[in-house]
Amino acid sequence: MNPANYLYLSALLFTIGAAGVLIRRNAIIVFMCVELMLNACNLAFVTFSRLHGNLDGQIIAFFTMVVAAAEVVVGLAIIVTFFRSRHSASVDDADLMKL
Amino acid sequence: MDPLIGALVGAPLLGAGILLVGGRRLDRTGHWIGCLWAAVSFVIGVVLFADLLSRSPAQRTLTSHLFTWVPVAGFQADVGFQLDQLSMTFVLLITGVGTLIHIYSVGYMEHDENRRKFFGYLNLFLAAMLLLVLADNYLLLYVGWEGVGLASYLLIGFWQHKPSAATAAKKAFLVNRVGDMGLSIAIMVMFTTFGSFAFRPVFAHVGDVSQGRLTTIGLLLLLAACGKSAQVPLQSWLGDAMEGPTPVSALIHAATMVTAGVYLVVRSGAIFNAAPTAQLAVCVVGAVTLVFGAIVGCAKDDIKKALAGSTMSQIGYMMLAAGLGPIGYVFAIMHLVTHGFFKAGLFLGAGSVMHGMNDEVDMRRFGALRTYMPVTFVTFGLGYLAIIGFPGLSGYWSKDKIIEAAFAKGGTEGWTLGAVALVGAGITAFYMTRVMLMTFFGDKRWQPDAEGHEPHPHESPKIMTIPMSILAFGSVFAGGLFSINSAFLKWLQPVTGHSDGHSPVATWEITVATLVVLILGVGLAWQSYGRQAVPAVAPRGSLLTRAARRDLLQDDFNHVVLVRGGEHLTRSLVYLDHTVVDGAVNGTAAGVGGLSGRLRRLQNGFVRSYAVSMLGGTAVLVAATLLMRGV
Amino acid sequence: MSFPLLTVTAVVPAAGAVVTAAVPAARRTAAKWTALAFALATLVLAAVVTARFSPGGARYQLTESHAWITAFGVRYELGVDGIAVVLVLLTAVLVPFVMLAGWHDADPLETSDRRWRPTQGFFALILLVEAMVVIAFESTDVFLFYVFFEAMLIPMYFLIGGFGDQAGAHGEDEQARQRSYAAVKFLLYNLVGGLVMLAAVIGLYAVTAHQLGAGTFSLPQILHDRANGTLTLSTTAERWIFLGFFFAFAVKAPLWPLHTWLPNAMGESTAPVAVLITAVVDKVGTFAMLRYCLQLFPAASKWATPVILVLAVIGIIYGALLAVGQRDIKRLIAYASISHFGFIILGIFAMTSQGQSGATLYMVNHGVSTAALLLVAGFLISRRGSRRIADFGGVQKVAPLLAGTFLVGGLATLSLPGLGPFVSEFLVLVGTFTRYPALGVIATLGIVLAALYVLVLYQRTMTGPVKAGIEGMKDLKVRELVVVAPLIALLLFLGVYPKPVTDVINPAVKDTLSDVHRTDPPPKVTVPAVAAAKENAK
Repeated sequence: MNPANYLYLSALLFTIGAAGVLIRRNAIIVFMCVELMLNACNLAFVTFSRLHGNLDGQIIAFFTMVVAAAEVVVGLAIIVTFFRSRHSASVDDADLMKL
Repeated sequence: MDPLIGALVGAPLLGAGILLVGGRRLDRTGHWIGCLWAAVSFVIGVVLFADLLSRSPAQRTLTSHLFTWVPVAGFQADVGFQLDQLSMTFVLLITGVGTLIHIYSVGYMEHDENRRKFFGYLNLFLAAMLLLVLADNYLLLYVGWEGVGLASYLLIGFWQHKPSAATAAKKAFLVNRVGDMGLSIAIMVMFTTFGSFAFRPVFAHVGDVSQGRLTTIGLLLLLAACGKSAQVPLQSWLGDAMEGPTPVSALIHAATMVTAGVYLVVRSGAIFNAAPTAQLAVCVVGAVTLVFGAIVGCAKDDIKKALAGSTMSQIGYMMLAAGLGPIGYVFAIMHLVTHGFFKAGLFLGAGSVMHGMNDEVDMRRFGALRTYMPVTFVTFGLGYLAIIGFPGLSGYWSKDKIIEAAFAKGGTEGWTLGAVALVGAGITAFYMTRVMLMTFFGDKRWQPDAEGHEPHPHESPKIMTIPMSILAFGSVFAGGLFSINSAFLKWLQPVTGHSDGHSPVATWEITVATLVVLILGVGLAWQSYGRQAVPAVAPRGSLLTRAARRDLLQDDFNHVVLVRGGEHLTRSLVYLDHTVVDGAVNGTAAGVGGLSGRLRRLQNGFVRSYAVSMLGGTAVLVAATLLMRGV
Repeated sequence: MSFPLLTVTAVVPAAGAVVTAAVPAARRTAAKWTALAFALATLVLAAVVTARFSPGGARYQLTESHAWITAFGVRYELGVDGIAVVLVLLTAVLVPFVMLAGWHDADPLETSDRRWRPTQGFFALILLVEAMVVIAFESTDVFLFYVFFEAMLIPMYFLIGGFGDQAGAHGEDEQARQRSYAAVKFLLYNLVGGLVMLAAVIGLYAVTAHQLGAGTFSLPQILHDRANGTLTLSTTAERWIFLGFFFAFAVKAPLWPLHTWLPNAMGESTAPVAVLITAVVDKVGTFAMLRYCLQLFPAASKWATPVILVLAVIGIIYGALLAVGQRDIKRLIAYASISHFGFIILGIFAMTSQGQSGATLYMVNHGVSTAALLLVAGFLISRRGSRRIADFGGVQKVAPLLAGTFLVGGLATLSLPGLGPFVSEFLVLVGTFTRYPALGVIATLGIVLAALYVLVLYQRTMTGPVKAGIEGMKDLKVRELVVVAPLIALLLFLGVYPKPVTDVINPAVKDTLSDVHRTDPPPKVTVPAVAAAKENAK
């Protein structure tokens, strides 16, 4: 099978993720879309690793997974706290980060 | 002998220093200290005079180089003095009349709490005036020139609590500054032309320079002279300057400072001789002022302002003579000296009258004072006879010579100038007779002053009348003494040069003509002010009279054009500075502020819009990378 | 190694600033005396510098040179020429008077807070400014100069913004607003100028690095390399770099139309700080034009001369006219200073010996005369609690000494002969006239306008009937007299015998003129000046 197909899949997944982040309001969904983008990147890394015949891409993919796991922990905690104070999980309600 | 020249300037300067720095502890003795230093400089002057007389006429120039003042490359300014016959004449006049007026002031200023300061300023004036006439270069002359201006400013405004005095002082200084500008530019032109501005090198190389340049220098010097000597068009300050104490008017604004312009022209004779256009300009200025001052003098009811008009007019005579060239220089100076005597005497007389009349100056409130103030009457009367040119008295000798010289210029110019000078003599006779009649003759028109004190005219104390008598003596005899064997002419000739003109009119004809206009003037005045009673309130008068009372509308012109115009100019500039110049800068600041305000809107706090910008930025970066790789 | 006299002259006031700032809050008087002692020590050192300087010797004397930032060729290089010497001395002379005049300006209004210590800050900042100004005058390394040229803005900012005049017209809040506006305006103007200069400094480095292999900022080395041809600036590069330098100096000087920060800054700050601004800090700008613009970029200076001269003449007339129209005493003096800076810049760019010697002498005289006038004005303002001209009148009746010294300061400002400024103003005018007669004549109009604004100010404040609020005004105190009397004596001395100063300045000016390849225009009639002087002296 042509490894390029994995790259197309990766691009597709990334686009879906990005569109989700931009379009959806629910913080959980946004969060899932971010994960989707990360995993799309992982797929691309692994594919390139296979294409070039070295392990660098696969190692980075592991790192990404670790970071993603840590991010899930912190991110979910924030979302939960946010939901408690606002009774909403909409990201548009969190607009205090302006002057 | 040479160091004495420095001492001549130094003595009154030291006096001024002592009096002004000494403070209140000198209040009780200050006036005598002032008189002392003035007298010291007079004595030094006499010693130097004797020394000059003992030399042969060609050897009568002393120089004294004190120190190098400002040396910058080619620009070499020195503090050096030059005493020749011309300076000597002035030194004697300044220190002699100056000392007399110092003494007079002891009495006149007796009740003034700032008498010490007054004498300090008088001493300062003497020093500056002596510096002016003794300097051996134009820059040092300029120092004296502005120095006398300062002294004049301080003394006109001596009674600073009077707003009118403060305004008059400021006006005098400012108008003089306009003239000073002429002198400083003249020095600059001299420097670029000759590489020097000392008398000797400049005069020695006059022949090597184009006439245009000399004319420029001459006209600039004339501007300076107009300012200092109150000649048209810069004459307007002199009338107001009468706000100063009367001794000041006598010393500065009659006998010495205002004649500095004449000194300047005569001193620069070498330049003017080679620049006929400039000479003609001097003549014209002199002739115009001669008539102008005389007309103003006819209309003023304030005794001092009438005399000020007269001063202006008499200096016009001197300028006219100085403009005639070598034929007139000597007579300009001779008239200057005799004028110094009789005009100082007249002013001191006026001061004496004011002293006795509660400081009243309006002649319409005088009258019949001759019996109350006999000494003042006699001395004033002798001064009066001298100024109108009564045969045999000082004014007769000097003024007739000027009229004669004017006719001798020849051509239309000569006739015009001569005729003007002749008419001026008639007007002089008229206004001086008017002053005399209104003050000393007629009915008593005395009125109580503002606080209700009735005037009790009385003769002034001896300390005032003695200087007046000495000046009256000079008014009577000086001209005659100078003319014995043409002594004055022979004395000055080595410095100024002299040529005898060929007058188209015989000398006796001029004398007769002068006498005729004199009698006409006196008669006319007698008709108006002697035979008829003088009204205590000024009648409305003709258009000319009303204009003359307002100094022929020159002040009104100045006010409308210069003062008002200047105010509008400065106000609009202040506004412009705030709105345009500063506004441009503040506008830039406001623009930057506005721009950042716009940019701030992008920071809206919505996570998703930040995400869009991140995505956009990444896309741009990726695209750029791809494109760059393609290149 | 010889004793680093120049470094010590700058370090002493800097150390004084630290020591003064460390004095405990309660010992306010001690802090003042400490600061004064350090200022006087600096004066002594400056006098020693002047005495050790031999006019006509090497161009830069008492030099010190150490590597500083080797990576960029920046060196710690000091050295003084005749111009720098007199300006260092001027600074050292003026600072003690500034301190004495401002003796009570920074006394705290209430002493409840024991940590509240404005007095220490005020005097320490003054010393800090002095140290920076001195080192800027002494530096011969462009970068070193730039650092202190910019750094002196910081203490000045605090002096202007932190210690305002208590005599505004509109109450305390408005006054604080005005003051912070003035301080920020001062800072921004000068920072913008400084940034442009920084670009030019980097440009200069790039050029030297490119051509010499190793970049350098050393003025003597650049001059040397340009003279022997190893370093050549292209016309365009020279012009751009020149403009960058000149812009910064023109803001500082200030030259019309970059002047509008000065009236605000001088109006809102206390009189001693205003003296510090106009008589000391601004002189760095004109000094730097003379030293850096002309020496580094002779061709570009020549190229820009016509425009600069016209701006200078506009500044002379414009400043004087605006001074006439002011209603505030200190703003009036500020505009008068703008007019005077026009004269200084005119003299510098007239490119004649008289013009440049006159301009340098003018810096000294303007420093002394403005200090005299402004400090007396400060005494006047603090007595009345207002700086509006209309609030005064008849002061001479109640405080004759105050009025008299004010008049002397005013007469110096209008360049009365016999006082210092006359000599320098006349030299500038003559120097300009020999090359540009028309500009010389227009500039001469300035002397009439100067008489106008000074005398109008004197008349409105000092003469006439005594106004309400003036009746009980006290005459000068001993401390104030100690400030004013020496300044007046100095003005007289500089007016009567300026030769000692011109003797120091002249050789430096001669060197500068030979840098720009200009000679004085000869007179029309060739009378050798020396011969003429001798002929006259006979």
